[in-house]
This record gives sequence, structure tokens and C-alpha cells, in this order.
Amino acid sequence: MATTSLTSSSTNKSIYRRVWSVVREILARLGVTSLGLLMLAIFLLPLAYVLSTSLKLDSQLTTPGAPLWPASPSTYNYEGTDYPLYDIPTEDGVRRLALVGPHREDSDVVDPDHPEQGVFNIKGRWRTWDAVYRFDPTLQNFYDAWRQVNFLRLFRNSLLLSTISTIGTLIACILVAYGFTRFQLPGKNILFVILISTIVLPPQATIVPLYILFNKLGWTGTWLPLLVPAFFANAYDVFLLRQYFMSIPRELDEAAMIDGANPFRILVSIIIPQAVPAITAVTIFHFFFVWNQYFEPLVYLLGKEKLYPISVGIGAFVTTFGNYPGRSAATAVLAMLLPAVMFFLAQRQFMQGIVVTGVEK
Amino acid sequence: MSAVTQTNMTSARLRSRVSAHTRRQWTWGLLFLLPWIIGFFAFQLLPIVFTVFLSFTDYAATSEFKLGNFNFVGFENYQRLLTDQIALPSMGVTLKFALIGIPLGLVIPLLMALLVNSRRLIASNIFRTLFYLPTVIPVVAGAIIFNGVLNSQSGWLNLSLKALGVAEPPRWFSDPAWAGFALNLLAIWAVGNAMIILLAGLQGVPTELYEAATVDGAGPITQFFYITVPMISPVIFYNVTIGVIGAFQYFVPALLIGGTNGNPQGSLMFFPMHFYREAFVYSHMGYASVLAVIIFVVTMAATGVLFYFGQRMVYYASGEVS
Repeated sequence: MATTSLTSSSTNKSIYRRVWSVVREILARLGVTSLGLLMLAIFLLPLAYVLSTSLKLDSQLTTPGAPLWPASPSTYNYEGTDYPLYDIPTEDGVRRLALVGPHREDSDVVDPDHPEQGVFNIKGRWRTWDAVYRFDPTLQNFYDAWRQVNFLRLFRNSLLLSTISTIGTLIACILVAYGFTRFQLPGKNILFVILISTIVLPPQATIVPLYILFNKLGWTGTWLPLLVPAFFANAYDVFLLRQYFMSIPRELDEAAMIDGANPFRILVSIIIPQAVPAITAVTIFHFFFVWNQYFEPLVYLLGKEKLYPISVGIGAFVTTFGNYPGRSAATAVLAMLLPAVMFFLAQRQFMQGIVVTGVEK
Repeated sequence: MSAVTQTNMTSARLRSRVSAHTRRQWTWGLLFLLPWIIGFFAFQLLPIVFTVFLSFTDYAATSEFKLGNFNFVGFENYQRLLTDQIALPSMGVTLKFALIGIPLGLVIPLLMALLVNSRRLIASNIFRTLFYLPTVIPVVAGAIIFNGVLNSQSGWLNLSLKALGVAEPPRWFSDPAWAGFALNLLAIWAVGNAMIILLAGLQGVPTELYEAATVDGAGPITQFFYITVPMISPVIFYNVTIGVIGAFQYFVPALLIGGTNGNPQGSLMFFPMHFYREAFVYSHMGYASVLAVIIFVVTMAATGVLFYFGQRMVYYASGEVS
């Protein structure tokens, strides 16, 4: 008897403990997730701001009491005229009435639910009442921005620059990474250290001589200074590809070599098909890099507006923000649209690529 | 006798074949490395040497670069540095940006990575993606966005601060005292890369270590400082290095927001902007080269110091030092 009660009480205790641990786990999950949501809200606040601003008229920004989301005042049509709606505190609680004739201490209003009652007077200062807003996004800003700036040309220029530069980078970096992974060369390790140390190199240290050089060649005012260097490889992308190439087993290349394939053929038919994830990552990185580039196009294309990429083309909107917030916000949204969509489509390769360059060093 | 000769011949042939193979390896290898080697000399090494050369001349970009259009002025450009009213304050702006931005650029992505790594976070993939999103937004768009969101009147940050009871929130880009920090905020908005790298570092820490520590009675905070931080120290080191390199080159958002004068009142006059202005606004290529040399030397020195201390403080699990 005594033993049974002891067992049952200990079973009870273990059930309690189990229930408690489940509850605690749920609470912990909710807590961590809420913390995450809070951080995310702070982080995405600027994005929400720019989207909202791009979709509302500038007049809404200066209207006191206007909501943060794109909206316009709700109105009620009474006998052929639109009157603004207000939430008005009365003895019967808050009533939603249309303001027909505003005065100082009292106003003439009409009840949209009972228009047959006609206009009546109500006490209170109308300026203290809350205007009623409805969600009303407008594309006016996008239209204005589109009319002010030749976006099609900017997009075309950025797309062409990014695509050509990415092709150059891919060709050069794949060749160089292949050279570093599959061939024995005296001093190869020293060369690799030099390659990696060029990451430290600030662009300011080289741009004046490069500008003079490109000017001598007659290349300034064209895209050549932006495109040609891409065909000579860069440390980041070579590193990323090299790490990936090293993980590809050598058996296949050795078999192909015995079959008489030359190294170039091995690269094209064996290495490249196996390195698609790394090549994708480099493609996205470099495409973004060129799309976002500002300093170099600004220096080399100064004054040649027809050749501007989108980054330089919309630069002026940063300072005109104060005058035309909606239009500037719409420009920003247009400029980030393509990178954002590409990122969502290829985020897995993207993040893997970052991990390779950052962790395996 | 004949057998011996034959063996000798075989080995000789073998040796010559091996060396032919090695030679072929060298040729092909060199061929594949050639694009980078040419690029390194043409676009990096020679231009740096040339920058140093130009820093001893008075070349102005208003005339074509050829002999006769510039003079050697010895250390005159370097002497001018001593009387330059902008050089020192602008280095101060850059240093302040670095001293605030580098620690923030480590701690905030680390917090995000810890959060996303937590098994208690529901739908952590969505969090990771959305935390990363601002990083892909072009710099120019970011500058437009922050110019708006940090607007002292209509910006949402100040509206939020007022709602939280801050009577007089900072005027950000209108206030010289806050403009630099406002750019720090813009910079830490785009820390996605650091977050992803730190996250991968966190995921690479063996769980046995935490289990053993729990058995020994170590709490989460002790575990963080005695297991997590040492185990991810190579990744932390990498992020700090990238942060230092980036901080000394930083100026484009400042140019977009504050113009070439670094408004308000020069508070956004970063050192690289001073360089940009001398070179491409005033065409003082000679003096600009001095400033470029300084950026180069400071960056090199900072990374050098970092590597010197990094080698002692970073823990490499595999025992190798990279």
C-alpha cells in the first residue's frame, strides 16, 4: 500500500516535471522569437519607411495627424460635394460625421448613415477632431520619377555593365583559380599570398595613375575603364572558386588526362560542370558589386550622362530628398528592385558563397 | 651488363619524361595565372609605385600627362600636409567612424547570428533572409532611405523616439555632432555578410563542447565567453580585418549625403573624400597622391598590427595558422 502511493506520487512528480519542461520550452521559443521580431522590426523600419513614402503624396508628410501609411482623407458626398469625415466625440460616444461647415467653437455636420436628417450643428472645435483616413497608395511618385530620369537608359546601362563585367570576371577568375588548384608552379604559394593581400589594397591608392592611364588611352568617358580590369581577375572571386575547385576530386581530371585531354579541355568539360554552385555565387556577387559601384563610374564617366549606370544616375536624388521625398523614395525603390529580387531567387548560393570567403580563410 | 644499361636508360627516359611533365605543368599553370599576373602589375602594383612617384610632382590633371607638364617638387607636397587645414580633421572623422563602426559592426551581426542560430527561434530561415536583405540594397538607395528615415521632423526614427518619450531626438544629418554617427547607423544596416559568416562560425562549434560544459555546471554566459568566442575567434578576426580595411576607404555615402564639402560643417569630411576632392574636383594629382599614400600606409599598418595581435589571440581548432 505504502509502496503504491509512493510510486504514484513520483509518477505525478515526473509528469509535472515533463509538463513544466514543455511549457518552459514553449515560453522560451515565444520569448526568443519575440526578441527576434523586435530586432527585425527595427531593422526593417527604413525599408517600410521608403516603401510607404514612395506610395504617398508629399502633402501627406506635412499634414498634421496624417497616418504613417499611404492614405488620403475619407470623404462623404453630400448633395454633390465631397466633405471630409471626422471621428467626433459626442455624448453618445464617438460618431463618424462629415464636416460641412467648420466654425470656431461649433460646426455644421451631416451623418453619412442618416443623410435624410440633413445638416445639423454640433459643439466642439473641429481642429481637435481626428480626420478619417483610408488606405490609398499612389503611383504618382513613380510616374514623376520615371518622367524626370531616363530609367530605361539607366537600367540598360547598369545591366550591360554588370553583365559584361561579370562575364569577364568569370572567365578570368575561373582560369586563375584553376591555375592555382591544379598545377605545380615554383612560388605558387607566394603568388597566392600576394593575391590574397590585394584585398587590403584601397582603391584610392591606384585610382590616380589609372585615371591618367585611361585618359592617355582615350578611355575616360567610355565604359572601358570599368570593364577591362574585370577581365584580369580579382582576389575575392578567385579565392572563392579556388576553395571550391580544391574540393573537386582529381580522379576525373586524371582519367581525362590519360585519355589525352589537354588542361583547357579538362577545365571546360570536367571542372566547370562540377563547380556550378561556386560559379553561381561569383556571378551574383560580381553582378551586385558592379550594380552598386559608385566611385569608379563617377570618376570615369563624369559628365557623360548617357553612359551613367543607375547608381550614379540617381545620386542627385539623395540631396533633393528634402524637396521631393516621395519621388526620391520611388527612385530608391526602383534602384533596389532588381538586386532584391535576384537575392530572393538565389539566396542559398549567395549565402554559401559568403561562408566560403569568410570562414575557410 | 646490358640489363643494367637498359635500367639506366629507362630511368633516364623516365626522368626526362617527368621533367617534361613538370615543364608542361609550369607552362599551363603560368598560362592560367597570366590574366591575374598581368592585371596585378597593370592595375595594382605599377599604379601604386606611380602614385608614390606622382606624390613628388606638381602634376595637375588639367593638362595631359607628359614630361614638361609637371615638375618634381621633392617633399613639397608632404610639407603641404603640415599646413593642410582639412587633412587632420578629416582623418579624425574617419577614425571616429572606424572606432564606432568596427565594434558595432561586430557586436550587432553577432547578436543577429546568435539569434538566428538559436534552436528556439521559430522560422529562423526567414529571419536570416530578412536580416540580410538591406545588404543587397545599393549604396545610393541606402543613402536616399537614411536621408529620409533620419529626417529630424518626418523621419520614422525620430517619430519612434518621440513616441518612446525622447523629447528632443538628435537631428542626425542636420547636426554636425550626430551626422557621423548617422552614417554609422547606415553602415550597420548592411551587416548581412558579417552575420552570415559569424553564423557559419557558430554552427561550426562542436556541440560536445557545450554538453561537456553543461555537465561541468557552466551557465550560458560562461559558455559564450569561454567556448563560443574562442571557437569563432578566426571568424571574428576576419570580420574585424574586413571592417578596418573598409573603414579607411569609406566615403561614398558621405559624398552622397553631405556633398564634396562633407556637410554639415565638414562633419562628413572623411579622409578619402579629401583625397577624392583634391584629385578629381581640384585636379591636384600631386598632392592627392600624398593623401592616397597615407590611406595606403594607414591601411597597411592597421592590418599589420591586427595580424600581429591576431596571431596570438585567435584560436585555430585545427592547430594551423592561416
